[in-house]
Amino acid sequence: MKLLIKNGHVIDPANGIDEVTNIFVENGVISEVGVDNDLDGLDIEIIDASGKIVAPGLVDMHVHLREPGQEYKEDIETGTRAAVCGGVTSVACMPNTDPVCDNETVVTYIKKRAEEVGYANVFPVGAISKGLEGKLLAEIGEMAFAGAVAVSDDGRPVENSGMMRRAIEYAKMFDVIVISHCEDPALGEGDMNEGAVATAMGLRGISPAAEEVMAARDILVAEAIGGRVHIAHISTRGTVELIREAKKRGVKVTCETCPHYFALTEEACMGFNTNAKMNPPLRTADDVAAIKEGLADGTIDCIVTDHAPHHPDEKQCEFGYAKNGIVGLETSLGLGIKCLVKEGVLTMSQLIEKMAVNPAHILGIAKGSLAVGQAADITIFDPEKPWTVDITKLHSKGKNSPYDGFELFGKPEYVIVNGEVIVNQFELMR
Amino acid sequence: MKHDLLGLKDLSADQINHILETAAAMKNIVKSSNKKTPHLQGKTVVNLFYENSTRTRLSFELAAKYMSANAANISSSGSSVAKGETLIDTAETINAMGTDILVMRHSMSGAPHLLSKLVDASVVNAGDGMNEHPTQALLDMLTMIEHKGHIEGLKVAIVGDAKHSRVVRSNIYGLTKLGAEVSVGGPATLLPMGLDKMGCKVFDNVHEAIIDADVVMGLRIQLERQKKGLFPSIREYFRFFGVDEDRLKLAKPDAIVMHPGPVNRGVELSTSLIDGDRSVITDQVTSGVAVRMAVMYLLSRGGF
Repeated sequence: MKLLIKNGHVIDPANGIDEVTNIFVENGVISEVGVDNDLDGLDIEIIDASGKIVAPGLVDMHVHLREPGQEYKEDIETGTRAAVCGGVTSVACMPNTDPVCDNETVVTYIKKRAEEVGYANVFPVGAISKGLEGKLLAEIGEMAFAGAVAVSDDGRPVENSGMMRRAIEYAKMFDVIVISHCEDPALGEGDMNEGAVATAMGLRGISPAAEEVMAARDILVAEAIGGRVHIAHISTRGTVELIREAKKRGVKVTCETCPHYFALTEEACMGFNTNAKMNPPLRTADDVAAIKEGLADGTIDCIVTDHAPHHPDEKQCEFGYAKNGIVGLETSLGLGIKCLVKEGVLTMSQLIEKMAVNPAHILGIAKGSLAVGQAADITIFDPEKPWTVDITKLHSKGKNSPYDGFELFGKPEYVIVNGEVIVNQFELMR
Repeated sequence: MKHDLLGLKDLSADQINHILETAAAMKNIVKSSNKKTPHLQGKTVVNLFYENSTRTRLSFELAAKYMSANAANISSSGSSVAKGETLIDTAETINAMGTDILVMRHSMSGAPHLLSKLVDASVVNAGDGMNEHPTQALLDMLTMIEHKGHIEGLKVAIVGDAKHSRVVRSNIYGLTKLGAEVSVGGPATLLPMGLDKMGCKVFDNVHEAIIDADVVMGLRIQLERQKKGLFPSIREYFRFFGVDEDRLKLAKPDAIVMHPGPVNRGVELSTSLIDGDRSVITDQVTSGVAVRMAVMYLLSRGGF
């Protein structure tokens, strides 16, 4: 089976390509880039990508697929289906499942299920500590051998600084990155960002310092031992500045932010909107500006969704009782184009770097590239074409999105995973 | 279209004045010997209380009964709530029984706003978390009018735990809309960030808040806040932030002393002030019944 993607604007930052050209796919792999052979008489499927962008499939390194254990919220099948519909062909899934992904068996289970029912490539993230309890190291080596690409206690901070130090040292031996959920619990107990908006609604505020204190700690721990750390879902100006300074000093720190931290502010919580409740919380307009600055100057390496599907009953309730988090896989590219590319914060090539190339590089996986010989994971979209978010039509089981009715751009028109055209002219093919 | 009272944040000055004028008339009924009017004849009022309450619940219940409504009470302990029923399901159950006015107190901010979307009944917020307690602020304002003649131009000092107080928020919304000047004082650990953005002055001490005040209102200090380390001891709290005769001298000579209750004697206010002739705390309680009668009556007649 051969596939030709013809006349598309290929943006492949990993290989320095940003031009109109052709891509051949053969046996699931990219076989040629650039040539325009005489195709007469050949049995070949052709996608006319004229006027569209042909990019490496997006890599989202922060996703909650909820399986095993919380299939009522999401499972590997529905979560990866949502991913491909958003142009995301590889996801790293967080270990706060039930049972926790803190051992080889659960890592293997997730990979097996993904092979059976998944639409996208799935890369499990193992826990740092057994049971996410922050006390004893999980079997990081065995998980790495089983296919875990990173470790994280995401959803919970590693409170004990010595524990974080040992995790960075230990994970390094197996070449997996430590992803840190930064939140000082004593400063972080609350419902939304601390400040006038929370006060006027009588909601408990979460200080930006809750995130910054622990980000600073992780940077200093990594620096002291010469290790690597990746800071998850950063949301504040202070964290951007800490990481910017650390990178200047040569600390091996990378980080990610999420579309909601550049697309929304804390005011989205007004009216007790539980679909704007998340952790870290939505921040102020000044923080949004700082996140954009950090994206533009390279301080922030990646854009991830922190896709966090929940059951409607967990969101249609009192704000204080509502679960944290929103779904994001199907809106991340659109928000990136609308809020970053259209506003001149990033070029399209830089956006793709942060949504595909850099996450793949940080995780050490062979994704985010359209080089010959690579598995053909490709996303094709028209960034000028508007579309409107309708949460009832999301492919995720979770409908907890604050973007209902938003006009975005660049809904993926074709999505190819390992050479299979899974989204064809906006339609899911299986 | 149904009408609710979720908070004073949503009301205009005219609407607040309309309630207060109606409440002033209702107060005559509360003080009369024959406390029965037909204002809510045939209507059903349900009090749904997810938090303990004595005065607010009894006040709503009596207000409903004085106006001939069918009144019923549900408290969370001993009900389906204790069995784990969600607010949504409880609301639908109550709605299905033909309730006209649903009065709710809840420990979570925004709970009445959620309830309002689910039921046909008019929802009255009887205190939600740290957000609002609109009828309390209305009864405070009615009491101020009775003693000072007006709200506009009054200097109102509110001292105590502003951080966890729904009373302070509703009072700031209401008083500033009617033209009063509000000063809030208390320990920095009990002042929520950005409170000044609501249109009041904020001080991390009591004396600056009280200077030249026409009204000094104490806010209840929940004693469990001390266990959480928000202030070191009751003794130290009263020494620096409590109001006694000496501190009250900073206010205007004819300043009145208020408290939403229940009061911790010798913590927010000294016992001698609570029982003294400048205290209007029991007037507040009477005003409470009148305000709740006015609110429910107006809601049953198309709102404010």
